[in-house]
Amino acid sequence: MVSIIGIGKTTVKEHWDTSIRHLAWNAIEAALDDAHTTAVDALYVGNVLAGRLSGQAHLGALIADFAGLRGTEAVTIAASEASGGAAMRQAVMAVQSGMIETALVVGVEKMTERTGSEAVAALASQLDADYEAIHGMTVPAAAALLMRRYMYENDVEVGNFAGFSVNAHQNGRSNPEAMFRNQITAARFSTAGPIADPISIFDAAPYGDGAAALLVTSRERALDMSPHPVLVTGSAMATDTLALHDRRDLLWLSAAEKSTKAAMEMAKVSLSDIDLFELHDSFTIMAALSLEAAGFAERGRGWAMATEAGIGRDGTLPISTFGGLKARGNPIGATGVYQLVEAAQQLRGQAGDCQVTDAKVAMAQCLGSGGGTAVTHVLRLDEW
Amino acid sequence: MQVSTHWRLQEQRYNLVGETCEHCNSKLFPPRDVCLICEEPAQELFTFTGLGEIYSYSTIYDAPAGFEHNAPYTVALIKLNEGPLVTAQLTDMDNDELTIGQPVEMVTRKLRTDGDEGMIIYGYKFRPAI
Repeated sequence: MVSIIGIGKTTVKEHWDTSIRHLAWNAIEAALDDAHTTAVDALYVGNVLAGRLSGQAHLGALIADFAGLRGTEAVTIAASEASGGAAMRQAVMAVQSGMIETALVVGVEKMTERTGSEAVAALASQLDADYEAIHGMTVPAAAALLMRRYMYENDVEVGNFAGFSVNAHQNGRSNPEAMFRNQITAARFSTAGPIADPISIFDAAPYGDGAAALLVTSRERALDMSPHPVLVTGSAMATDTLALHDRRDLLWLSAAEKSTKAAMEMAKVSLSDIDLFELHDSFTIMAALSLEAAGFAERGRGWAMATEAGIGRDGTLPISTFGGLKARGNPIGATGVYQLVEAAQQLRGQAGDCQVTDAKVAMAQCLGSGGGTAVTHVLRLDEW
Repeated sequence: MQVSTHWRLQEQRYNLVGETCEHCNSKLFPPRDVCLICEEPAQELFTFTGLGEIYSYSTIYDAPAGFEHNAPYTVALIKLNEGPLVTAQLTDMDNDELTIGQPVEMVTRKLRTDGDEGMIIYGYKFRPAI
């Protein structure tokens, strides 16, 4: 088994004065400091758009060198917005295999090197280029197609999704590293300006620059090295069709279902054991569909959990406990690593004002291209 | 943008040529060579009628590069009469009058231009069925 012994992250925001290599280093330095070690045997970089937005390919070698790890095995892992979780999975498999003793994971995304329509087009490269993006499709529009159909089939309205954004912003207020720390109301949610209707600016998670890092090693070594090792009890990844029009069932995230079931089976936990769920709330519809695919809500009823009693910090299933993608911000290739760092903070009891009481088991799940890839991890605090 | 990227898709863009699966008889668009339903090889060409209905839709206000001058424009999932969904823009219709289930038909329109001196890319869009 594999444990997390170091965590680090930057604030998610528009880091105009910070390059992609510096962003990555800031998170790595924090994770190495946290673990009190500099011994790293492999580096896995989660990133989506550096080649397109920064004109920078080959981040593995670049970041390994810049982080003082010259000569270390390093590679970039790309799986759209699930890249961070996918990079973690590579690290878990490498350590579990015995071929790597200590692996460093860094998710990093420098979103602001391009702005406006160039940034929208870069993000749309995560869709099917020949059959979606060529028609002017965008990432928010893909979510909007899901949301419109969901509203039609389940007889719900835009306002029924407000609770996801209200909760995310409520939690983001307690997170000093969040991109947005303002409260929003359900009333404002329903009247916010459209990006791709029915998706509005208060429905869509904001894109920001950020980096987060994790240091993982074997369970035995972690127990010697760390006062609070976080055990990775479950890890699974699955895919679905990239294009929405090819999905066998448009409103069912089959990759999320598969990876959740596999990760929970590996961790030997059931739904009722999960104390908090960091899910991929890039849009409120994705939060609703994720809750349904994991089994927390019946099909067509995920939206009904979006109340304080359902998903709030003291609710049945706390989600987005540091603000989620919606308020912490969405640095796409780094997002999956942020989720894991935040889950580890919760389990260590180091979540500050974001702390979920008695958090023992946490699940984190990131989705690429609206469910084209899903990566799920289950974590718990380890002890002798 | 490469000419070949679009040239090789001309049968799909202009004529909605997909495939039919000889094993389970599913109709496939876009063509994919391995059946989406039964996962057996499917390589027999099949031309769709271009008739279908709106399955879902969204009007885009925040457009990607190459589409800025079209915004706002409406994209949709169209359920073709032969079975599959296809992603395309809606055209020749009033955004206020869109409904899920509305019958539509394929037409050929300009999809995008590549700057003032670049290629003009044509392909399918859908309009209310006449």
